[in-house]
Amino acid sequence: MKETPLSNCERRFLLRAIEERKRLDGRQSYDYRNVRVSFGADYGCCVVELGRTRVLGQVSCELVSPKLNRATEGILFFNLELSPMASPSFEPGRQSELLVKLNRLLERCLRNSKCIDTESLCVVAGVKVWQIRVDLHLLNHDGNIIDAASIAAIVALCHFRRPDVSVQGEEVTLYTPEERDPVPLSIHHMPICVSFAFFQQGTYLLVDPSEREERVMDGLLVIAMNKHREICTIQSSGGIMLLKEQVLRCSKITGVKVAEITELIQKALENDRKVRKEGGKFGFAESIPNQKISAFKMERAPVDTDDVEEQAEEIITKADPPLDVFAEPILRLPGTAQIGEGIENSWGDLEESEREEEEESNSDDVTASEDQKMEVEEINVVSETKKDDPIVLSDSEEEGVVILEPEKTSKKTRTHTNAKQENSSSKKAFNKKRKKKRATR
Amino acid sequence: QYVPVKGDHVIGIVTIKAGDIFKVDVGGSEQASLSYLAFEGATKRNRPNVQVGDLIYGQFIVANKDMEPEMVCIDSSGRANGMGVIGHEGLLFKVSLGLIRKLLTPNCEIIQELGQLYPFEIVFGMNGRIWVKAKTIQQTLIVANILEACEHMTAEQRMQAFAKLSER
Repeated sequence: MKETPLSNCERRFLLRAIEERKRLDGRQSYDYRNVRVSFGADYGCCVVELGRTRVLGQVSCELVSPKLNRATEGILFFNLELSPMASPSFEPGRQSELLVKLNRLLERCLRNSKCIDTESLCVVAGVKVWQIRVDLHLLNHDGNIIDAASIAAIVALCHFRRPDVSVQGEEVTLYTPEERDPVPLSIHHMPICVSFAFFQQGTYLLVDPSEREERVMDGLLVIAMNKHREICTIQSSGGIMLLKEQVLRCSKITGVKVAEITELIQKALENDRKVRKEGGKFGFAESIPNQKISAFKMERAPVDTDDVEEQAEEIITKADPPLDVFAEPILRLPGTAQIGEGIENSWGDLEESEREEEEESNSDDVTASEDQKMEVEEINVVSETKKDDPIVLSDSEEEGVVILEPEKTSKKTRTHTNAKQENSSSKKAFNKKRKKKRATR
Repeated sequence: QYVPVKGDHVIGIVTIKAGDIFKVDVGGSEQASLSYLAFEGATKRNRPNVQVGDLIYGQFIVANKDMEPEMVCIDSSGRANGMGVIGHEGLLFKVSLGLIRKLLTPNCEIIQELGQLYPFEIVFGMNGRIWVKAKTIQQTLIVANILEACEHMTAEQRMQAFAKLSER
């Protein structure tokens, strides 16, 4: 079945959005989507989700006779399959160009970089070696198959355990998992691919392109790196001309991203190992939640509204008026008894909190504010409320009193992406303080 | 998967321009055909300005399982009534069919609340496609994201989200 064509309207919109540094799902240019790794019941089986792109990886092994010209090395075999389940444009049975390209890239990345020690896979030289086979299936295509597949491959290989063998002279004994614990593969390093999509002849660059972005991109650059900052593979396709600085910048970004992803993988592997050791439940039945049509997918909603808020924040921080709007409520406040200097959300601003302390006269909060000063130094959100002031009002009051406005706005624009977290944690802190105050009274 | 129904208004993408007719992809199993005369004010001399890849808002006049569906951009009295080629700016995205029906009920709260945020143009296709255009790309993206998320939010979560946005 043919996939839906990309309309001119969409193409134009996407390119214009990229020129303004906006992406459809609210990410920044260098942001990755959420990576989630879950393991199956068998060793060597894992599912990696990169946003909505899902890849299933399975590793299996078998004893075979080695290749003639490499008698002491084991054999590694990679296979990536694109099923029609992933996207209507993938037809079964046909070897498309994309498939060949992806397979070749994966092979180069994992085999040529010698991340697996093939010598250790040898059982009897020239007679019996282990053949490790990595099968990757693309379950859903939402862009950036290469990254997801490379992560799935390396995670599956790290997770896999092969049966133990012992050699006595000419006799080879293969132990079942019950007799002896299976042995993990010896992996030197974990190469991970990071993709960069280029637009407008190399002017704009996006990391981790989604499916729509892939359709309008000019070219793709894939860099495979491990956490020791060694480049394992570089591939540039699409025929765009890249400048040296661009490639260097991409490799720096890759270094950062690979470090993050490697850490995530280690944590996931560690968790799985712990669960298995403690005898808890493991496997897909536990890790992949039930998705029903009738149930609300709570997980997704918060992410989307977060993005929306961030985007809205961007509008606001660009425009100046909101500060004036905040100024209005100041006038109302002096009329009430609660002269709260209390600020809900100071955006982690140290100067503000120090000034708040000077102006506060309520003994109730003196000790509390000292605690909070320490908190602020940890860059946690400060909440120093005296009474039940709504957030907006106290915020504005602070602005009205102190001539810190220019700095404050600049701080705001810089930290706008963290606004949501600070807001939500400020609310939590606010509630805690409320309860604390009620308790002390 | 969308199944064409006679009388349904849908958003389609022009894929092939073949002499007298256009082939339009509507997200169903078959592409619909659209004659160039089925536009308001179109005559043999005065052809409508439609290119491959353009977005079309039209309705089905023939849609059964035996024949290829046919659509037109003109209603029974010969007037366009909002149908035709959709403008060049704006964003097209897909949502589920159920959400479209919910949004098209009269007095839908979501649309009214959105309308109070900022002005925008919106076209709903019964095949699950929505076209949005607001003043800036930022606002367009916000509207699109909210509509996609509305499917999974309860009414209270929606109120909260709108409240946060309108505070700014």
